[in-house]
Amino acid sequence: MAVDLRLGAVAYDPKVVTIWDGFREWFRANGLVMDYVLYSNYEHQVQELLAGRIDVAWNSPLAWLLARRLASAAGVCLSVPAMRDTDRDLTSIVVVRADAGISSVADLRDRVVATGAVDSPQGTLLPLDLLREQGVDPNCDALVRRFDVGVGLHGDHVGGERAAARALVTGEADAACMLAANHLVFTHDGTLPARSTTVLAETAPFDHCNMTVNESLAGPKAIGRFTELLLSMDYADGRVRPLLDLEGLKRWLPGRLDHYDALERAVDHAHFWDSDGRVAAADHRS
Amino acid sequence: MDASPRLTIDLDGLGFDAGAHLLVTHVLGQVAAGERVRVVGTDPHLRLHLTAWCRSEGHDLDGDLVRKGTARADRWRDAVRAGAPRVPSPSADPAWGLAARGALVEDHGPPLARADLVDRDAVWADIVPKLYAQAAAGQWDPDAAIDWTAGEWLPDEVEDAVVQVMTYLIENEQAALAVPAAHIARIHPHFREVIAFLATQVADEARHVEVFTRRALLHREALGTSSAGGRASLQTLLEEPDFTMASLMLSVLGEGTFLDLLTFLERYAPDAVTRRVAQLVRTDEARHVAFGQAHLEHRVAVEPDLRPRVRLAIERRHDALRQSAGLNADVRDALALLAAGAFTTHAISAGWQRVQELERTMHDGRRRRLGRLGFSHEEADELSALHTRNFM
Repeated sequence: MAVDLRLGAVAYDPKVVTIWDGFREWFRANGLVMDYVLYSNYEHQVQELLAGRIDVAWNSPLAWLLARRLASAAGVCLSVPAMRDTDRDLTSIVVVRADAGISSVADLRDRVVATGAVDSPQGTLLPLDLLREQGVDPNCDALVRRFDVGVGLHGDHVGGERAAARALVTGEADAACMLAANHLVFTHDGTLPARSTTVLAETAPFDHCNMTVNESLAGPKAIGRFTELLLSMDYADGRVRPLLDLEGLKRWLPGRLDHYDALERAVDHAHFWDSDGRVAAADHRS
Repeated sequence: MDASPRLTIDLDGLGFDAGAHLLVTHVLGQVAAGERVRVVGTDPHLRLHLTAWCRSEGHDLDGDLVRKGTARADRWRDAVRAGAPRVPSPSADPAWGLAARGALVEDHGPPLARADLVDRDAVWADIVPKLYAQAAAGQWDPDAAIDWTAGEWLPDEVEDAVVQVMTYLIENEQAALAVPAAHIARIHPHFREVIAFLATQVADEARHVEVFTRRALLHREALGTSSAGGRASLQTLLEEPDFTMASLMLSVLGEGTFLDLLTFLERYAPDAVTRRVAQLVRTDEARHVAFGQAHLEHRVAVEPDLRPRVRLAIERRHDALRQSAGLNADVRDALALLAAGAFTTHAISAGWQRVQELERTMHDGRRRRLGRLGFSHEEADELSALHTRNFM
């Protein structure tokens, strides 16, 4: 069967198969013959997008920045037609134990700061850059204890943030970095005992995942139809609602590009990539 | 923007880590989608957690103003009720799945494909709620209901006869357990009264297997014989795919016949334990027969054309068992010996006659029950005669 559009997604969890099998069926029922390809890490997915083997990449924010850099160097035109409602205006926080006597970022000097995986925007890159902005350079002023769970998945696997939270509770770390929303998750599931922590600092709002399209590949008609259908998904429709629940959204919104600057700065400050777009951060394995 | 919302929720010190969402949800339930509600409180994580909660629930947040989203209403827009809670519907929708009868069922859940018995008449009897209540109240504890120390020592041949009859009863009850158990998962849970009753029937049979086994082993370490013909007869019960026909074969004809056998044992068993066991089991079996009979009568009433199928099913089973030996000869001899009570020519002759009387009584009972299904006296007589010689 001729395929109108190929989408790439990263298999951070077995449910990804359920999600994209379901969406594929729904798109086909609505006249768009799409298929999907799963990748084990975002770097590979971005390479494939740029190489033209997929038309659309369901990208992490970090993957979006990488794609943009590589596309710019290669003269490829990208667009971002959609993102989830839950991808907008997220924040990350730095949390300390409530009884630790730590009241400012400056107090973290020479202390242990636990983070998620090396390539997690929300669990590592953005909160560490926040500390840097506030005068504590994570490279030299504090001791960073990184929990590299699911490297290559850009923090999609929550295990790194959860391990950081546990390290805070046990006293292995003096501070832990996490997505603000995960503070509530970790409190509910008992990772963080209620009332045991204080939020020391919070980043400015940033945006998360997006659909990144290689404009030079898929016919404009297929992309237009894909976007139109994506934005038309209705939470009241029982055929897609379980998939939207699994993917963590109520509706798709048009993509926007003005909330990735903080991550761009964080990546530069951390010298995360070399000039060719390869990951340069120490100990990175994906 | 509505700067002055109609409602304000003051959470005081209650945080989202301690159930604040219940209060917020409660108040949002009082306003329309799109309307704003102000949320205030003193929990230090309130803003952080309110933001995360609103995002996950599909509400918008602007400062301390929550604008109610449509996600909850959307989720239940196409939901339907799984019938009415008190009375089963004529037909159950597989899409209702395992939902409680009368529950509001979210659409596009997994259909219950295994439960292919979705029509009320295919499983129903009006008496079933009452029979279930009786069964639930009538469950007995083998330790408390039977005085196992009352088992007097019997002559070896008599004890052997008791053990042989128990051995036979155990294999029959194992079949009587397996048949309803196999059908329970096929019945749509909408007809929960039927499932509940059959579950008690399964539990009854498990208990019967236990007490027959305990009686057999009361003074012995070995059981009696199991004939190939007896087991062949029982296995045809397990192979009947139709619920109504399985009820007919197992309960109306098989367990119905067993009621007479148990009465016989109550009367002629040589020891108090066996007589008590037979009495307790007969009470349970009478319920099973009552349900099977009532279901068949219900089915025939709504579907008069069922009778030819009943006849066909009985004939088919008879043909299948034509080459088998029927009742284990050891069982027949054991029953005669128990009814004889002594090894004299006179007593043995009387015991043998009592077994023949038993078989006539069994035949009369089957004829009577078939007659209540609308068969003529002659037809009922003919069909009863085709019943397995193994009794069940």
